Amino acid sequence: MTLRRAIFAACIASLPLLAAGPAAAQGTIRIGMTAADIPLTHGQPDQGFEGNRFTGIPLYDALTHWDLSAADKPSTVIPGLATEWAVDEADKTRWVFRLRPGVTFHDGSPFNADAVVWNVRKVLDREAPHYDPRQVGLTATRMPALRRAEKVDELTVALFTSEPDSLLPINLTNLFMASPTQWEKLRAAAPNAEAAWNAFAANPAGTGPFRLVRFVPRERVEMVRNENYWGEKAKAERIVLLPIPEANARTAALLSGQVDWIEAPAPDAVPQLRARNMVITQNLQPHVWPWQPCFVQGSPLADVRVRRALNLAIDREGLKQLLGGFMVAPVGTVAPGHPWWGNPGFQIRTDKAEARRLLAEAGYGPNRRLALKVQISASGSGQMQPLPMNEFLQQDLKEVGIDVEFDVVDWNTLFTNWRQGCTAPSARGAHATNVSFAAMDPFFAMVRFWDSRMAPPTSNNWGFFDDPKFDAMIREARNTFDPAARDAALARLHAAGVDEALFIWIAHDVAPRAMAPRIRGFVQPQSWFVDLRLPYVQ
Amino acid sequence: MILYLLRRVLYAIPIALAVGFVCFMLVQIAPGDPINAIVPPDAPADVVEQVKKDYGLDKPLPAQFGLWLYKVVQGDLGRSLATGRPVWSDLSTAIGNTLMLAFCASTLGFLLGCILGGLAGTFRGSVLDRGAVGLAVAGVSVPHYWLGMVMVVIFSVQLNWLPAMGAGPGGSSDWAWDWDHVKHLVLPMVTLSVIPMGIVTRTVRGLVAEIMNQEFITALRGKGMTRGAIFLHVVKNAAPNALAVMGLQLGYLMGGSILVETVFSWPGTGLLLNSAIFQRDLPVLQGTILVLAMFFVALNLIVDLMQTALDPRIKRA
Repeated sequence: MTLRRAIFAACIASLPLLAAGPAAAQGTIRIGMTAADIPLTHGQPDQGFEGNRFTGIPLYDALTHWDLSAADKPSTVIPGLATEWAVDEADKTRWVFRLRPGVTFHDGSPFNADAVVWNVRKVLDREAPHYDPRQVGLTATRMPALRRAEKVDELTVALFTSEPDSLLPINLTNLFMASPTQWEKLRAAAPNAEAAWNAFAANPAGTGPFRLVRFVPRERVEMVRNENYWGEKAKAERIVLLPIPEANARTAALLSGQVDWIEAPAPDAVPQLRARNMVITQNLQPHVWPWQPCFVQGSPLADVRVRRALNLAIDREGLKQLLGGFMVAPVGTVAPGHPWWGNPGFQIRTDKAEARRLLAEAGYGPNRRLALKVQISASGSGQMQPLPMNEFLQQDLKEVGIDVEFDVVDWNTLFTNWRQGCTAPSARGAHATNVSFAAMDPFFAMVRFWDSRMAPPTSNNWGFFDDPKFDAMIREARNTFDPAARDAALARLHAAGVDEALFIWIAHDVAPRAMAPRIRGFVQPQSWFVDLRLPYVQ
Repeated sequence: MILYLLRRVLYAIPIALAVGFVCFMLVQIAPGDPINAIVPPDAPADVVEQVKKDYGLDKPLPAQFGLWLYKVVQGDLGRSLATGRPVWSDLSTAIGNTLMLAFCASTLGFLLGCILGGLAGTFRGSVLDRGAVGLAVAGVSVPHYWLGMVMVVIFSVQLNWLPAMGAGPGGSSDWAWDWDHVKHLVLPMVTLSVIPMGIVTRTVRGLVAEIMNQEFITALRGKGMTRGAIFLHVVKNAAPNALAVMGLQLGYLMGGSILVETVFSWPGTGLLLNSAIFQRDLPVLQGTILVLAMFFVALNLIVDLMQTALDPRIKRA
């Protein structure tokens, strides 16, 4: 009887715990990143989008945010520190943003129009005392049309672009708001602006859901929940970020319990991770792993029939098996269901018979095999597993009469060459280049490749694609300011790009990550980013 | 002796210049662009040009090298292109971590090497000798990083005895000599000690065997000296050469092992060089290599002086 009473009492006592559920959950989540160093913490992270994911979005907010709350729909732009925005009808280069009231930085200073102007000047105004060249490269490239900001009133700011550009609200997800007050305080004790920014990186103040409490260069960053956050507060109490660049070391750290979550586990270790009850998450990412064609005269890929044939000849399911299931077969730059999909007429699939027919129509066959040269890298961020993947494609395309030769170069070289174009000596006669890219933003997903003005050295139209029809469609999209109409224009652009087979679309990455079973609440959105407010330790 | 010391210090200046120049040129010749450390590769050309100008990377190469050298002479190794932090602040922490690892690994390697080499040389041809030689050959032949990974799999993943990575539960900045921290050191230390252990075993074995065959040992035996006393004579005669080998090995280990430090995420100079190479972070790369080269020069000098002190027949002056 006494024992029964004790059990009953224990059950009753535990009820409040059950009722509390995740809302009261907390704990420390230790994350093993792929970066070799802590991404910069001064407000404009480096280390690619992994930087934005871990030291950008958690510590800072931007005027606009990506919606990272759901796994089953494309991530779209939502209000962040700005609650609403609109282009000036009289002057399409002027945008007015209404700011969220009552927001404070981690140092307690208020977020307002002055702070926005200050943050725009840090990267765009060379005369500003807090101008930081380091942040220019990391930010200005992602908002190419923004020129300046002007305070309208305490909670209203006007932003000006170099030309009418409806993509500005999307671009602004990359401009994180740092506290001017904190910087000024640190500047008083620093010899120059650069030193002040370094001090700011060690003691940053943003408005994000976490605030930084410990920074050990090259080793770790510790962030705690911001109890004064303006939005939904984080469930985890503390996040520890550890740079572990080596995939096997990351996997071992997870298996030995040193971390709770790792980015990009070693692919060979996935069965072992699963056997140890680790949770493997993945989702379609706005990422494209393509061959980008050279369109200049003399290139076989200038012929749309050849480009279509290549898109039809690839066995993407076989490639997926090679990657242990960690890819999604693309049917364009964005997936069906995305606002910019547009329902193209040309369906990307595996149809080797149709590929052979198209090649024959273009003049290629058993007696005149198509010879292609592709410049590739042996490794690189976002490149997945370039060597085995390309070798698989080489084998696959042989079947339809295409002989592929690879020019393997260092990852940095491939990138540098990307800015020089397929006619430059650095391309060494390649007909295609294999540089993967992020496709979250229309400029980076389509405009920079298909706008004739974006040919090298301006941007990444490596293949010198030049079609007035596409230029007009891009102009239309950039000049359409109603979001739904703008998305429709982008959808027409995307559909036309697929119909013209402007890429050989080969794979979308799925961003595999592994975590201990005690991590709950994690959502892997269709994005390069995640919302660290959601996971907690059970 | 003072003149000798001065001469050696003066020799270090052209070495430092040559190291700095070669390193600078190698980075320039290598594929890729240092600007990639600062701007994303898809940055438009005008932004790239502007940032190059801001960082002085648009200046001619001799001007860039001259500017770097001018600052170095004043004790300023510059700032990292990637992080903006002073090179020296990151480098000094990394050197501290590497020195700790190198000293522990070399002490372990030298101790084991001397014991194994001494036994093998004394009992040449025996099973003990063959076993020690086998271990020495394995030590110098087994790839570091592979051994490191295997040990991680066994001791961290399977047995869960030792941590797989890092320099302490809170990072190297709050290092303490307690078990919580020291256990992070065990696996990289053992991994790194294997090569010096192998090399020292072979060196000491050869020296001991050679000395044991010399006439003065026979004379000592004839005089009725005990085995222990004879062994002391052997040690004294073998020490200068063994020390020279150990000095070189310590120099190599102080350079930090890029692979071992990467496998164990040990925040030393090897890991620093690794990330600097991948990011084309020229100031970090040049500063680190220059300081490591100077370490090597200083270490060689110290070893030479110790050899002279141990064996006065070796005249350096």
